[in-house]
Amino acid sequence: MVKALLAVAAAVIRQMMFRRISLLALLLAMASIAFAGVLPDDRADVLYHLYDGGGVEIDGPSILVRKKAGKSISFVGNYYVDMVSSASIDVITTASPYTEERKQWSLGMDYLRGNTSMRINYVSSEESDYDAETISFAVSQEMFGDMTTLTLGYTLGDDLVRRSDDPLFQRNLDKQSYSIGITQILTKNLISTLNFETITDEGYLNNPYRSVRYFDAGSALGYSYEPELYPNTRTSNALAVRARYFLPYRAAIEGEYRFFTDTWDIEGHTVSLSYIHPWRDFTFTGKFRYHDQTGAHFYSDLFSGSEATNFRGRDKELSPLTSYTFGIKAAYEFFSDDGKDWGFLKKATVTASIDMLQIDYDDFSDLTALASLGNEPLYKLDANIFQVFFSFWY
Amino acid sequence: MNLGCVGRIVLPLLLLTGLSGCSNFEPWVKPYERARLADPIMALDSDAISTSYIQHVYEAREGARGGEGAVGGGCGCN
Repeated sequence: MVKALLAVAAAVIRQMMFRRISLLALLLAMASIAFAGVLPDDRADVLYHLYDGGGVEIDGPSILVRKKAGKSISFVGNYYVDMVSSASIDVITTASPYTEERKQWSLGMDYLRGNTSMRINYVSSEESDYDAETISFAVSQEMFGDMTTLTLGYTLGDDLVRRSDDPLFQRNLDKQSYSIGITQILTKNLISTLNFETITDEGYLNNPYRSVRYFDAGSALGYSYEPELYPNTRTSNALAVRARYFLPYRAAIEGEYRFFTDTWDIEGHTVSLSYIHPWRDFTFTGKFRYHDQTGAHFYSDLFSGSEATNFRGRDKELSPLTSYTFGIKAAYEFFSDDGKDWGFLKKATVTASIDMLQIDYDDFSDLTALASLGNEPLYKLDANIFQVFFSFWY
Repeated sequence: MNLGCVGRIVLPLLLLTGLSGCSNFEPWVKPYERARLADPIMALDSDAISTSYIQHVYEAREGARGGEGAVGGGCGCN
């Protein structure tokens, strides 16, 4: 069965990128390495998510099911939907509010042998003007008395960008990711991870609908718009370190730091701190996250003229910004298999969370304020992110 | 695929397979001392469905990405 699934993965790879056959051979060879570890628990999750902020509302379900087949294989499947209703500041200033839907499904398999596990995952995402296919591989090895887990990962993505108002418009975008991670037990109360990931993009990286603003003395507003133009390549590196510590009174704290840099001159620092506190059948989590980044070298809130630079963008996500998130989460275990007869069910929980996201943009004007050119206030985004999900172990 | 790409995959793989032979290593945290690490509150990714969603939100709202999904293995607590 493993060989058959590897063969299916091989067929997908060939279809996605013919020139990477040598990589496939290498990954197939990984399956023959003397392996070991533990498979993930059999578990099903049903989640509802809602993002509400900045004139954008995105909600939908996500269903994740994982099931072992024998002692060395575990399958996982996910179905996820985004229902988008957008009247964001970008849409209000240069386009019309819209609604759309994105559907994503994925299938994966974990194969365990000895202290090594291998993971294969395929993801397909579809919306009216954007399709994406992604296949990923990861191999993990437990070593040094199972105190260290080393994971290597590779991801290959093949995206197709279209425009809803132009049936002839079609552009490709290829993505690759290389990652290496180490999970390390440091003391009997402390566990840590170190991850490094390089992502490369090649192809059409613009948002096909988005425009830049440039100074235009002939316009009544003092400025006009023209389409964005991004470079065709982007390579980014991210290094993240995380540690979780068990407190003396059965609670835990976690800290994380990530450094990010890319070839578009964006440099980011992300820090988060969490506190986890169980109480009876509840588990409460509080989290604060801080992110700060510089802007892309081709970003400008207002260009000096039309086609003033080789590349140009006014995507606020690529602008210098600082974001803050306060999050709280509560999980309640409403069933555990302690003598009750619920058939195959071992445990069940319900979890609710809210994350309050605030983003302060350092160089992105709020044009909806209708102020005169040069006097527009900077834009701020406030969003609430809600999640409710049921989890079942069996 | 160029040689650089092959090297980026093959070299860590050789390192991985080489290190896997270190079976005589004496862990300074013994298996019987890992009860706290095996507590569910110490799980680094206890709710994968929620984690992947919130990471998707941040990637859509910020310019940074990656560095948080490489670790798929356990903590060796079992």
